[in-house]
Order: sequence, then structure tokens, then C-alpha cells
Amino acid sequence: MIANYGYKDGSGDFFVIIDTDKCMECPEKPCVAACPENVLEVMIDDYDDEVLAVREAFRKKVKYSCGPCKPAGKEVVRPCHKVCALGGIKHSW
Amino acid sequence: MAEKPKEYWRWDEYNWRNPDIDWRKAKIITAGVDVGSVSSQAVIMADGELYAFANMRTGSDSPNSAINAMNWALEGTGMALSDINFTVGTGYGRVNVPFANKAVTEIACHARGANYMYGSTVRTVLDMGGQDCKAIRIDEKGKVVSFLMNDKCAAGTGRGMEVFANLLAVPIVEVGEMSLQVEEEPAPVSSTCVVFAKTEATGLLRDGWPKEKVLAAYCSAMAHRVISLLERNGVEKDFAITGGIGKNVGVVSRIEKELGLTALKPRYDTQIAGALGGALFAKALVEKGTKK
Amino acid sequence: MISVGVDVGNKFTKAVVLKDGQVISKSIVLSGFDQKQSANEAYDQAIKEAGISKNDVNYVLATGAGKKEVDFANDVVSEVGAGARGAVYFFPSGRTIIDVGAEDGRASKCDQNGKIVDFAVNEKCAAGAGSFSESMARALEVPLEEIGPLALQSNNVIYMNAQCTVFAESEVVSLIHAKTSKADISKAVHDAIAARIISMARRVGVEKDLVMIGGVGNNVGFLKALGDGLEIEVLVPDKPEYVCAIGAALIAAERN
Ligand code: SF4
Ligand code: SF4
Repeated sequence: MIANYGYKDGSGDFFVIIDTDKCMECPEKPCVAACPENVLEVMIDDYDDEVLAVREAFRKKVKYSCGPCKPAGKEVVRPCHKVCALGGIKHSW
Repeated sequence: MAEKPKEYWRWDEYNWRNPDIDWRKAKIITAGVDVGSVSSQAVIMADGELYAFANMRTGSDSPNSAINAMNWALEGTGMALSDINFTVGTGYGRVNVPFANKAVTEIACHARGANYMYGSTVRTVLDMGGQDCKAIRIDEKGKVVSFLMNDKCAAGTGRGMEVFANLLAVPIVEVGEMSLQVEEEPAPVSSTCVVFAKTEATGLLRDGWPKEKVLAAYCSAMAHRVISLLERNGVEKDFAITGGIGKNVGVVSRIEKELGLTALKPRYDTQIAGALGGALFAKALVEKGTKK
Repeated sequence: MISVGVDVGNKFTKAVVLKDGQVISKSIVLSGFDQKQSANEAYDQAIKEAGISKNDVNYVLATGAGKKEVDFANDVVSEVGAGARGAVYFFPSGRTIIDVGAEDGRASKCDQNGKIVDFAVNEKCAAGAGSFSESMARALEVPLEEIGPLALQSNNVIYMNAQCTVFAESEVVSLIHAKTSKADISKAVHDAIAARIISMARRVGVEKDLVMIGGVGNNVGFLKALGDGLEIEVLVPDKPEYVCAIGAALIAAERN
């Protein structure tokens, strides 16, 4: 399943895109520990699969929580992307 | 005392029952309760067939809203809460449904509900609720393939439409029809943000625009916006629209036109999709032998 | 040498007349739906107050959301550019500039000449701008000028969930129903908007000194929340709403 967590508002599109099929193949889920803001969590979804998700508390403010990882105008790889070998997590901005 | 201001956002609350079904003959009775931020629905199914439902406005506390909706769906059926084998709670207040046996997210419930309501060919579901907007792609079994939910911003939600209904003093149920009474489609309102769109609309009214033209401009802005969300999530035939705004022809027809796809006609009130999915989840859980 | 800066904002239009680098007059009018007309009104007023004629003006620069509507301007300049230039005029040590107006908020970093190094704009979401506190004042039924001072009377931390102005209105109404004091709610409102501006500022990187400009700079409740959140002193010029127009006038003087 492709899960888009985040939102679109007057200031733009801000989505964290998780490919849960890939996460299911990834036992370690290193992204959770790599995230400095504690944005990510492992949960059991409605189909009883163990997947990665954006914590509820961050879903309406990912633009802010994930902002510092990619300062304006700089080309850097976000920590969560860096540790993910399967390409299971992306950001829309 | 002054007259109470009219509440233009109000739609009718009601309940429904299928007279052709005798629930006493059914083996499995399940229910789904969807406590949304604006409306709550309770659906009762007998052996996986829709038997009864109620649709009402959510009150200030979730548990009561769930109980009220359920009692209303049960009304006149002769059924008691204890006759129901399994109940799934869903929606924003899903963990606050006191009599639910399990909570399931609204995304999964909507997907399954849409599969029942529209048939197994439906692949893309757009749910426009009171305070959120969801785009869901599903497979032939009603399982979620991808989803996107926007509940941060009021633009593109029922709430945004209510703001306009109030501003223009047009009852919410008439907004859609009215917006189609324009000879020529005006340019959409340019601000996405409801707050700024409202300011913009005030200016248009001052410029002498008739209400229907302002509504047309807003409905098409709303259509644009939800289409951008849909496209981010992927669009595939068949396509269906659920939720309160699914009843607004002004928005629906504009979405259809821009997407070049006709939305499937629902068999039931589109607002019950979530609760319906909940009842179907409940049935699957009973069959799997999940204990209460 | 006389230069003029005109800032056509979403809510107010400001004009400032500069003579040899000194402000000699300024004016402010409501930005109506006809921005051209508002710009002209503001310009006429400022000229009149300065006691000069339009022929004496060497250069006019327009800025703000409606800058393209100013038909009498020689050129236009971006809001960030004008804002930073104006901010360092008041505080030469200013390096991080936060500008929050009625409809948008932005943060930028500049050098000692007020030249922009980096910027982030928060476009068109009322939740990150002055209109957020305006809507909340309405929901609280307190005059707009009072909502800021009211917030200072509270030390309680209440967290607002809604990240959207429209949803926040309902949240405020339920807080009132729950008998939360208006002071506490006002503080929550300002904490919420400050949190959004702070994250935006962090994206450009906060460097000392920090200068706050734009109409929201008059709101003490917001300034307190911003300072507390950033743990840094917030410098605010007198009449922060004019800073962009002043910046534009300063740049105009250099252009001539
Ligand atoms: S971008 Fe940064 S804050 Fe956001 S999820 Fe990745 S590691 Fe966490
Ligand atoms: S853009 Fe407007 S409607 Fe959307 S979140 Fe921001 S304030 Fe709310």
C-alpha cells in the first residue's frame, strides 16, 4: 500500500509517502531511529501487517517537523531516506 | 427575543430500513459506526446485506453521538444492541464508540464500503467529508492500494463549503444546484485558503456578481483542488465519490468534467460508506472467528 | 533627492517619502478591491503630508502583494528584498528577518547591507499569518487590538490541535464552552501561530539579531510567544508595518 501522510494547504503540498509493501520486507526499520524528530513509528495496520507510519501527532504538520532535515535551498538527503535501502520512504517536497 | 439566525449549513438527519429483510432469519448481524467530526452514521447489516442505517450530526461528545446514531438505526427494527454479533467503530471518533468490539481506520472502512456500494469494479474512491478529503485506490476486493488523506486544511472539505453557504445565505443542500445556474462558467476563486477565498468572494459580491456565479467560482476551485489530491494518489477507472460533498452536484459535475470520468451512481446515501465498510469488516472478523 | 516606497499589502497599503535618506512622511490606507486606487490614495496622502509635489519625486518603487498594480512606480522590488533593507535600516545588526502581515508570513536571512541570502515564504495559508489572530479575536469576541495584551495575562499552556484557521475557530468555540479563560485561549492562539512562524524561520536558520517586521509586529502576545519559542531577543522597530515601504524607498534612493 502507498500511504500518503501529510496535507495540502494554501502554502503547498507536504506529504510523506510510505510504500508499506517495502516496509513489510524490512525487519529493522532503521528509519524510525534515524529520525531526529521522532516522526515515524511502526504499527500494525488494518490488514494486520507490520508497517511504518507517520505518527498521528505529526500528520498535520509534517512541513514543520520535516523542515529542518532539508533546509531551504540546500540539496541534502534526509536522514530517514539515507538509512532506507529499499526506497520505502519519500517526501513530496 | 431576536430570531435565531438561520443555520444554512444544516442538512437533514434521517434513518432508513430495508423492509424486505427479516433480520431474525439472519445468521450474522454486524454493525459499523462512523463517528466523523461533523456527522455520525450507524449501519446494521444482516448476513452482509444492508439492513438499516441512521445518519446524523455529531454532537459535542463522541460516545453519545455513537450511541444516538446506533439507537436511531435500531429504532423500529425490534432489534436490540445485544442482537448484534460484532460492531466496528471507525472515523475520527472511532476509539470513542463504547459498544464497538474493534476500531478500524476510516480509510480501510471507506474502501470496503465503496466496494459494496458501487461493486467490485470501483478502483478510485474520493471521499469528501465534513472536515477532510480522502483519495483512495482500491483493488477488486475493496482493499486499499494507496491512500491520501487531507484533514489539515478546510479547503476541499464540507466545512469549507459550509463557510460559503453561510456567507451567501444559501442552504447547503441547494449550493450545488444553484452553482450550475450560470450561463458561462466563471474563473475559479484564486485563493485555495478558505479564509482568503471568503474575502475574495465578498469582493466579487460587492462587484455585483450574483450568488450563483460566486458559488460556481467556488465549486470549481474546490473541484480543482480535490483533483490535484486525486492525481497525487493516482486515478483509475471506475471512479466513485462518497461523503457529504458527493451529494453536491455543483462540485461532482465539475470534477467529472475535469477528470473526463463519470462517477458511478451510488446505491445508497454516500455518507454511509465508512459505517458500511465497518459493518463489512465486522462480518469478516466474525467469520474469521475473532472473539468479541 | 526624494524617493518613495509604496507597499501594497493584502490588507493595508503604505507609502513612505524619503528625503536624503530620512523619512519625511508616511501614510496608510485600507487596500480596497481596487489596488490601483488604494496605491494612488496612499501616494497622494504621503505627498501632501510631506508638503511636496509629485514632480519633486525622483524615483518610486513598489512592493507588496499588489506591487504590479502601482502604475506610477518606476519599478517593483520583492517584499523580502524591501523588508530586509528596511529592517537593517532600523537595526544594522539584523540578520534574520521575520515578516508577518495580514495574509502571509515569511522569514529571510540577509547580510549587513540588507541583501537577501535565503528565504522561505509561507504562501496563502491564513494559519501562518495575521489573519489567524484576527479570526480568533472574532471567535473570542474580543477586539483585535486586545487579543495580544490579553495573551500576556496567561501563563498556562494549552495546546491547539487545529492547524487551519477555519478548524481553529471551532476549536476556540469549544474551548470557550469548556470554560477556558479568554486569556488562556489568546495565549494558545499566539503560541500556535508563533510555532508555525518559528519552524519557518528555522528552515532558513536563525541567526542573531532577529528583527520582526510587518503589522503583526504590533501584537505583543505574538512577540512574546515568538521570543519564548526561539529563545532569542526579538527586535521590533517602531511602526513595523511601514518597514517594507521604507525599505523600498531606500532602494529607490540608491537606484536613482
Ligand atoms: S525528514 Fe527528518 S524529521 Fe522527517 S521523517 Fe525524515 S528524518 Fe524524520
Ligand atoms: S489554507 Fe486556509 S483553509 Fe487551508 S489550512 Fe490554511 S487557513 Fe485553513
